[in-house]
Amino acid sequence: MAEIVPLREAIRHAVRDGDVVALEGFTHLIPFAAGHEIIRQQRRHLTLVRMTPDVIYDQVIGAGCAAKLVFSWGGNPGVGSLHRFRDAVEHGWPAPLAVEEHAHAAMAAAYVAGASGLPFGVLRGYLGSDLPKYNPNIKFIECPFTGERLAAVPAIRPDVSVIHAQKADRRGNVLLWGVTGVQKEAILAAARAVVTVEEIVDTLEPPRHAPNPVVLPAWVIDAVCEVKGGAFPSYALGYYPRNNAFYTQWDGISRDRETFGAWIDRHVRGTRDVAEFRRSLEAAPQHA
Amino acid sequence: MPEGYTADEMMTIAAARLVRNGAAVFVGIGLPSAAANLARLTHAPDAVLIYESGTIGTRASVLPLSIGDGELAETADAVVSVPEMFAYWLQGGRIDLGFLGAAQIDRYANINSTVIGDYRQPSTRLPGAGGAPEIAASCKEVLITLRHARRAFVETLDFVTSVGHVSGSGGREQLRLPGKGPTAVITDLGILTPHPSTCELTLTSVHPGVTVDAVVAVTGWPLEVAAEVATTEPPSAKELAVLRDLQQRTLRAHAQS
Repeated sequence: MAEIVPLREAIRHAVRDGDVVALEGFTHLIPFAAGHEIIRQQRRHLTLVRMTPDVIYDQVIGAGCAAKLVFSWGGNPGVGSLHRFRDAVEHGWPAPLAVEEHAHAAMAAAYVAGASGLPFGVLRGYLGSDLPKYNPNIKFIECPFTGERLAAVPAIRPDVSVIHAQKADRRGNVLLWGVTGVQKEAILAAARAVVTVEEIVDTLEPPRHAPNPVVLPAWVIDAVCEVKGGAFPSYALGYYPRNNAFYTQWDGISRDRETFGAWIDRHVRGTRDVAEFRRSLEAAPQHA
Repeated sequence: MPEGYTADEMMTIAAARLVRNGAAVFVGIGLPSAAANLARLTHAPDAVLIYESGTIGTRASVLPLSIGDGELAETADAVVSVPEMFAYWLQGGRIDLGFLGAAQIDRYANINSTVIGDYRQPSTRLPGAGGAPEIAASCKEVLITLRHARRAFVETLDFVTSVGHVSGSGGREQLRLPGKGPTAVITDLGILTPHPSTCELTLTSVHPGVTVDAVVAVTGWPLEVAAEVATTEPPSAKELAVLRDLQQRTLRAHAQS
């Protein structure tokens, strides 16, 4: 049953060194504040799972928390490369990063399998691709009914999944809407589940015309944390837009090890929470 | 290149023209998104634009920077989860047209978006597959857009991320891939289409002011050239106006947020 706790406490209890951690959110509702808390608490040797590593894992990888990344598209959307991810893969900095690489359809199927308690996910995929040559977690099976050759990938079962949502009620039931990605599956697949929310309210209700509302009941969640702005610089539909300018500026901040290090030290390690992080950014010209 | 428009504008407009009105189009970020939206705002008002973030039938007023921008969800007919998008909609065979970009392409329109160099010791680590392998497999038809250059149009791919026509005629059938595969590759210089019998990419159209020799010179294999190479119709005033208006709106919107 969900407990409503501060984010620092939730991360301290839920995320341990060496864990398999999934911070999900497909472009929308990316749990940045939770990622920053993992960096502040200096977790090490994590296996990071995320379909689109995005700027959040670029930061976690660059900060030295990760030993392995399981992913399916590792770019800065609409901008270009994730430079900290590339530096880790191409040069082993700040530490070598093992990579388990998939396609989106496979990651989605693997999360569904994890949520379903099934051993593997199945898809009509990877046919003719080189990915199965390099990823031993992609196998092919024959359909027992038609003989069709299908791809199989093991279920994703994170030790801990973290997502961000728009609202929770005081009992810890969670509501999110808009682009909901694989968040529901990530929560249901995980041994421990943490949800940060924009606000905690008395009664859970989606706004009129909210697309695709999803409710996650309190009893599948371990901790709910009220973290206003916890998805910045990604967005929370109905609360704030994606900060596209930040994503563009990240290209410059992350390109160079020293610039990145100074940014993480000043704005993440040098702040205590999301409010201080935002004030720190606003005080710095161009988010430098 | 005649004055009045850029090679990138010609490429986007040429790609947009291949979107049929009413088609369900799986759209990637960047040039594919510009082309699909241009088609929707000109000759294909009933094209259904689908982004892998789960937004179906979006009518965004500006081009999204990311595949899941808020306006895509707010203007969509339906928003579904990512597992549903890839299972019911893509693998379910409901998408008419997939739009892909690539870092490298070979003569059979197989593409690489994973690494340059060796996979385990890459000289350049690219973003990776995303939705591409299953888009390439399951959409009824695929369009590929990329700029023409020798380092992009290569004899042998460093890595096969997604297959086009595999190793030629019959390759897709052998793998039992459901869709027809790539039907055109649109570049900043011209249009290549798979040969009806061999499936090898063949130069069938050059954009105005571009010579066949210029295209052959920047292709990393001996390029097949059609007996009669057409000249792409130059952009109309309307196509250019709508595209520029869309891009201006987009720049303003992204600078603000």
